[in-house]
Amino acid sequence: MDCSPHTVLYKKQLSEDVFLMRIRAPLIAGERRPGQFIILSVDEEYGERIPLTIADADTAEGSITLVFQRVGYSTLALADFNPGDTLPVLVGPLGRPTHLENFGTAVCVGGGIGVAPLYPIIQGLKEVGNRVIAILGARSKDLVILEDRIRELADEVVVCTDDGSYGRKALVTGPLKDVCERTPKPDVVVAIGPPIMMKFCAETTRPHGIHTLVSLNTIMVDGTGMCGGCRITVGDETRFVCVDGPEFDGHKVDFDELMSRLRSFQDQEAEEIQRWQREHACRMQQALEAATPGKESPA
Amino acid sequence: MPEQPAAIRVHNMSEVTHGYSEAQARLEAMRCLQCRKAPCVGGCPVRIRIPEFIQAVADGEFARAATIIKESSLLPAVCGRVCPQETQCQEPCTVGRALKDPEKGVSIGRLERFVADWERGCGKVETPAVKPGTGKRVAVVGSGPAGLVCAADVRREGHDVTVFEAFHKFGGVMMYGIPEFRLPKAIVGEEVDTLRRMGVELTPNFVVGRTRKLTDLLEKDAFDAVFVGVGAGLPRFLGVPGENLVGVFSANEYLTRSNLMRAFERGKALTPIFLSKRTAVIGGGNVAMDAARTALRLGSDEVHLIYRRTEKEMPARIEEIAHAREEGVVFHFLRNPTRFIGDAEGRVRRMELLKYELGPPDDSGRRRPVAIPGTEYIMDVDGVIVAIGNSPNPLVPRTTPGLETTRWGTVVAADDGLTTLPRVYSGGDIVLGAATVILAMGQGRTAAAAINRLLAGGAPAREAAEKVESIPDQG
Repeated sequence: MDCSPHTVLYKKQLSEDVFLMRIRAPLIAGERRPGQFIILSVDEEYGERIPLTIADADTAEGSITLVFQRVGYSTLALADFNPGDTLPVLVGPLGRPTHLENFGTAVCVGGGIGVAPLYPIIQGLKEVGNRVIAILGARSKDLVILEDRIRELADEVVVCTDDGSYGRKALVTGPLKDVCERTPKPDVVVAIGPPIMMKFCAETTRPHGIHTLVSLNTIMVDGTGMCGGCRITVGDETRFVCVDGPEFDGHKVDFDELMSRLRSFQDQEAEEIQRWQREHACRMQQALEAATPGKESPA
Repeated sequence: MPEQPAAIRVHNMSEVTHGYSEAQARLEAMRCLQCRKAPCVGGCPVRIRIPEFIQAVADGEFARAATIIKESSLLPAVCGRVCPQETQCQEPCTVGRALKDPEKGVSIGRLERFVADWERGCGKVETPAVKPGTGKRVAVVGSGPAGLVCAADVRREGHDVTVFEAFHKFGGVMMYGIPEFRLPKAIVGEEVDTLRRMGVELTPNFVVGRTRKLTDLLEKDAFDAVFVGVGAGLPRFLGVPGENLVGVFSANEYLTRSNLMRAFERGKALTPIFLSKRTAVIGGGNVAMDAARTALRLGSDEVHLIYRRTEKEMPARIEEIAHAREEGVVFHFLRNPTRFIGDAEGRVRRMELLKYELGPPDDSGRRRPVAIPGTEYIMDVDGVIVAIGNSPNPLVPRTTPGLETTRWGTVVAADDGLTTLPRVYSGGDIVLGAATVILAMGQGRTAAAAINRLLAGGAPAREAAEKVESIPDQG
């Protein structure tokens, strides 16, 4: 059993705030299934535990791939980890894997970095024989990620951007509606992206009666059912995203509640971002001084 | 026992009670009558030889006292602080009986704590001896009180032990649940260090059932036995409207943010914690007291504790209730929330409470609270912490075929801890339902004895397991 440290093997900046990272984690790589996530923290003593969906895994290399966007202190700091650095806290795979079967035609909708967790699900759906139509959305051209890799897998790919800088100028719900109106209509829809996007995807498919799965990313602490911070309302029930999910029937999720719960700590999160910026500026200053001859501070 | 004044301690996270001085401890120990019947021992779940250790304290022989306690209890610094002595050892104390108040009996827990602190204070904590290696390997799942004790006892027999912990720090509920002001984390850290010195391997960030299936530990990783001590970590909620509003938390979440993630150290910790000014805590156990007192320390102006029975039925330790009251927690008995009401942003602003009265006793022997219809009223709150108990964590049972559970979700285990799977033992809250540190420790110890018997035999796993089951309980 290889419990060696979780070392960063590879890092690539996909766009201004989006990064792809391969991390050594042989046990997680071996156990993970599409739809599952990990929890990590950038500091063992004072870090916050944040969930990130696993975008891919390589069992030969013993690595997992994460794609994340810089939005808060933890992801800002994570983006500063380089190959060779070790993540102090990484645990997984968590959550229930995606239920995979041959539905017939599956539409996979990804918005922004939601395309990353969608990728292994497309892989899984293809492996069991589905025809896959992928709809990839982003605000603008440079935010479209993993397009080439998804083109290798999917039977049909539609790319759209909010500003029309690439592909069709539309929100993902536009092409989704078109596909739903085809005959025969698709058998299942999987939508992953910002909550508001998933909400409107669910509203788009609802009149067509197409089963729609959404993958939720909520606030979590432990990821094993212990804290209940990730709870949401699905139909009439309270469910825990970490152990009952992360995938749920999009037609039953209370998205408004989900979105308000995601804002639970917004004031403190804003403070933390400011703190990262201060610390970052300070580090930059130090690096600059160290690099300038004759300016080293006395040891 | 000396303690920080309430007005000061509500502004810090440091331990509330200071513990006895040597003179105070000896004086308290001399109150013990050394009665021949020693009813206190019968009240102790791990049967510490209480009169003997108290005599040693009275004699000023603190090292001897420590040795006596450690025959039975591996975590005296913890148990001396968090055991409900008034319902255990101290309840039948002859001195307390004579004075008609268990609180006036000999302060056994405080003496236990004194002895443990004395030993640590003079650096005399000995690393328990470990027998020569047997080459047999035992996996301990969970590093709470049951797991730590089981790991130590199995390791002492010379078996290799690996402890798997889901969190990034060891100690389970002693780390994430019980606050610093009641159980300093340094004490838990020292207990963990002792295990490390004994050669126990400690693996954090490892969720058995997810990172590795329990059955894989036996089949692929060649562990000879597994102990499951994953605790009762699934918070119960009330199931009333508005419970998912922003500002409503489980006590587990609230306390984990503060204790494990150190969110009370604002400016250092990256984990946020909800800062409410008028906080309600629902429940009457130790966890409810911990949550209420943490809320005060985090800056709540008012903390209201809502309990549906009366003070007499509260499961919390008397000392915790007294401390909470001194610190300014306002108690509302015979009340229970019927709904939480939020604002346009989905943040909790008010709650509706319903009044209760006590009816006839229920299965637990406590008088059942009966709702009085039509007595609803509204209370303003901007933060709510639900502390009405925990259910067993289903993660391991759900991912382990053949590991049977009861209808309450607890793992089925024989008296010696053997589950329905051969070579798999279990103990602590995952078997008991939510209980106490000392009972969990006792179960860890019993299971360790069974595992040691199993591994001593060297017989094939299944046969040996069946044999162990028929050995009468030696605890």
